[in-house]
Amino acid sequence: MRDAKTIADRVFREESGRIIASLIRLSGSFDLAEEAMQDAFASALVHWPARGIPEKPGAWITAVAHRKLIDHVRRQSTRTQQQDTLEHASRTTTYHEPEDDISTEEMSSTYPDDRLRLIFTCCHPAINQEAQVALTLRTLGGLSTAEIARAFLVAEATLAQRLVRVKQKIRDANIPYAVPAREELRERLESVQAVIYLIFNEGYTATTGSLLVRGDLCAEAIRLGRILCELVPKEPENLGLLALMLLHDSRRAARTNSEGDMVPLEEQDRSLWNWEQIHEGAQIVKQALRIRSVGPYQLQAAVAAVHGEAKTPDDTDWREIAALYGVLERLSPGPVIALNRAVAVAMSEGFSKGLSIIDELGSSKQLDGYYLFHAARADLLRRLNRSQEATEAYRRALELTTNKVEQDYLRTRLGQLHAP
Amino acid sequence: MEYLLLIYEDEKRFSKSYPEAEMGEYRAFGKEFAGAIKGGHALQPTRTATTVRVREGKRLTTDGPFAETKEQLGGFYLVEARDLDEAIAIAAKIPGARFGSIEVRPIMKFS
Repeated sequence: MRDAKTIADRVFREESGRIIASLIRLSGSFDLAEEAMQDAFASALVHWPARGIPEKPGAWITAVAHRKLIDHVRRQSTRTQQQDTLEHASRTTTYHEPEDDISTEEMSSTYPDDRLRLIFTCCHPAINQEAQVALTLRTLGGLSTAEIARAFLVAEATLAQRLVRVKQKIRDANIPYAVPAREELRERLESVQAVIYLIFNEGYTATTGSLLVRGDLCAEAIRLGRILCELVPKEPENLGLLALMLLHDSRRAARTNSEGDMVPLEEQDRSLWNWEQIHEGAQIVKQALRIRSVGPYQLQAAVAAVHGEAKTPDDTDWREIAALYGVLERLSPGPVIALNRAVAVAMSEGFSKGLSIIDELGSSKQLDGYYLFHAARADLLRRLNRSQEATEAYRRALELTTNKVEQDYLRTRLGQLHAP
Repeated sequence: MEYLLLIYEDEKRFSKSYPEAEMGEYRAFGKEFAGAIKGGHALQPTRTATTVRVREGKRLTTDGPFAETKEQLGGFYLVEARDLDEAIAIAAKIPGARFGSIEVRPIMKFS
């Protein structure tokens, strides 16, 4: 069956995080879990074309991977620790020949907290932050090292090495696979929030391929955000993060047109926005701000809420947005936030004023490899009718993105500049 | 699993004896974690240290610690802990953690 590969790829994208989380709990090892999952996917490609694609392919993969794990442990069950693992695994899954007779019962076994265990382990304070994010995206997000490397602007080999080291540390220092005790939760949240937001962004703007939005990853990040809010209620940045993701995600349907082209915010058909989700997001921002402990997620969510509340682009309160970015810049200075503030200033106080802020930011060369820097600059040059410079900036932006949808958008803009 | 908890502190603090109140805290720590502690010692100050290296068969002996830094190894505990979180929790209770730093190192097992 020629669809087997396509379906296996989709299952990997959507469900590998869930699958690997339960495999790590069973095996106590990231490496064994990855191996078992890879084996299960390989065996799907052999069995599905011959016997037909199962009704729930993700559950089939999970069940087969569990059995592969038990097989592996049986083969090497000379050490006590591994025998314990085997016994534990056997209690959870009855042993069969790996691919035979996967029962509905076996396929439906799910462990809802496994991904939360996984994310807290991946974000353990004994692990450096770069490695936390990389490991979470690799395991929970199911992203390839290439995709993660691009998100971090590092070489793929560097990232692969980072993943090897972090898995070694988890194993050798015996970092637990557990949700931390309630009294420790607070201090461990920040890195978890950062990681969830990165997963969201990965889904919101997929790094490769033609699909701009990988809704599954966004939904996944939002789901994790909701769980965090449940676990640690009244934590304003958890709420801010959730609101931010809901508000961005609410514009998903309007961000691309029927041809799959990217539509910028001001040209979006606002009737396509998910107004229920905007309302929920805006309510959560207000709830968070009432706690009176402002933070970066709340401020960004507030910006998104200002956009969300504008019925037309001209109704947008850019002055308010520039002010919010100003507070954000003081709270957590960084070139990307400065870039956003420059755009808001351009929209409220004039394009040339915004452009001069952007050019000042560009003088440090820190943003030279960032496609949005060149795209934002190009956009202001276009509005100022400086076509030649706009063309150069769009071309530079085009070189820096591998996302087909973003590339198409930039090409369209370039075409418009050359039109008579 | 075993972990070595290395206590690094400003040497000025441990070159003379600790104040009696702090000695009491160490005794209380030892009592609280008696089940986990497999061993441990306070060390004499680094002015008593000798560093030995062998290069091309030749023994080189120098006066002083391996590295002259502000914070020096002042003592250690060997503890048994379920996982890194438990080891970190024990390390955080060592009185010296409030003044210096505790490095937590898992013990290597050779099979």
